[in-house]
Amino acid sequence: MAEATNELPIEIPADTAAVTKPRRRPARRHEKLFFGEGLPYIGVQDLSGKLIVIEGTDGVGRTTHVDALHKWLELDGYAVMTTGLTRSPLLGEAIEEAKKGHSLNVNTFTLLYAADFADRLENQIVPALKAGFVVLADRYMYTAFARAIVRGADRNWVHGVFGFGLQPDLVIYLDAEIDTLVHRVLNSDPEYWAMEEAGATIELLDYWESGMDMRLGRDIYDSFINYQKRLLHEFKLMSEEFGFAVIETEQEDVDEINKRLRKVIKAIL
Amino acid sequence: MSPALAPPMPPQLPTHLLRASLHEAHPYTGKLIIVEGIDGSGKSTQLDLLKKFLRSEGYTVFYTEWNSSVIVKETIKRGKKKNLLTPTTFSILHSVDFADRFARYILPPLKAGAIVLADRYVFTAFARDVVRGVHPDWVRNMYSFAVRPDMGFYFSVPIDVSLKRILNGRAAIKFHEAGMDLGLHTDIRESFRIFQGRVLEQYDKISEEYGLTIMDATTPIPEQQAIMRAYVRQLLKDYHPKPFVDVPEPSFIAFYRDHIET
Repeated sequence: MAEATNELPIEIPADTAAVTKPRRRPARRHEKLFFGEGLPYIGVQDLSGKLIVIEGTDGVGRTTHVDALHKWLELDGYAVMTTGLTRSPLLGEAIEEAKKGHSLNVNTFTLLYAADFADRLENQIVPALKAGFVVLADRYMYTAFARAIVRGADRNWVHGVFGFGLQPDLVIYLDAEIDTLVHRVLNSDPEYWAMEEAGATIELLDYWESGMDMRLGRDIYDSFINYQKRLLHEFKLMSEEFGFAVIETEQEDVDEINKRLRKVIKAIL
Repeated sequence: MSPALAPPMPPQLPTHLLRASLHEAHPYTGKLIIVEGIDGSGKSTQLDLLKKFLRSEGYTVFYTEWNSSVIVKETIKRGKKKNLLTPTTFSILHSVDFADRFARYILPPLKAGAIVLADRYVFTAFARDVVRGVHPDWVRNMYSFAVRPDMGFYFSVPIDVSLKRILNGRAAIKFHEAGMDLGLHTDIRESFRIFQGRVLEQYDKISEEYGLTIMDATTPIPEQQAIMRAYVRQLLKDYHPKPFVDVPEPSFIAFYRDHIET
């Protein structure tokens, strides 16, 4: 293998390599199973609730839709719990603190997300599902997959780390084109104008959301575009691999889009 | 992009490199020497003596210790204190610590051709976390970015000896050291015996699986140190530190440049 010598594990992806054997395909959706080895020490046979995941990159309107779905489901008589990334009581500010140092490598980054996810899964999501709740997850492990893989982490390694993850009953992926997303991200903070009036300095683009740890462009805007394009590409791959329900959000009418989400959700409840 | 076409996949490392890590020698010019064993086995004392010896011989030696990275130190401390940790989060947080130290303190000196000493390595997680209840395959995959040590010493010691050493050195056994989080026994000493006994069983399997050199940790300290030095001298016989400088561009960077940035 003459070409392979060029890829000796002596740069970033190498550190992130490796499993000893090909991992088995994750089980299909609609089965209350784990993504990999699971949580061997807890029982999960009695999960009567439903786990619904809303995925999508920044600016796609996830949080708006999750809030609307939450109200709608409650009016329909379902007990609902919402959960999102990096909201675990265990990790608390640790992830934000670590990000501030700007010195995380892709493995550390991925494992921190995994720790946060495991904490919320065991202490919030699983108990809620046992109690018969509908759990709405504003992002799930798929976001962590995309962020790790575009930084060069080995796909099998990342999937393996999240092997304790519970398979959702439904994953809805909100899709949009890059040019629509840029516009929405720059306008996404409703408090922006008020803060500006008050004389505050506000970062329009987030360092990590722009992939600035990889410096993918001459300035933060260029880096943002290149980074988000990569994430969109990974989500496209995952939509096929994991069978996401893809919903286009290009049209401006939020209510119309939300109606389509409700239809997909109704089908599994 | 046409929706009918499947998007191209980023390159993955060739299979023979994926398998490398813990079962095959690493390609770097430095040397990695690690020690393993339960608390009170005397491994830290031995590694410290080895460090001083190697430095006095003129070698460039770096040293790193389990659970010492600032990134999650506070989180682990808080989690342990308030008993917030599950077997899975306990395991992942320790791997965050390791991943951080690996990238900062282990890999760079190894590539640069130096000697790295590690007080505990991935095998600590393989032994302890499995006893706590996580799947052995899962934890092995999580640490699969680590390289195989050039030399690993396992300090084998009976439970009662280690218990005596711990109690001589400090006032009390620590809560997690005794596996009290598992509810094995209400008496901390009994819990320690049960928990560390199971950890020992795992270590025995691991020593065989990964070819660790087994040290009899009940013998006098200078005797053990002499044996360690003999092994290390043997290892360093053909050691010619020379840094790796010919590093290629990572393949995933080229991939996204060619396929995504149009």
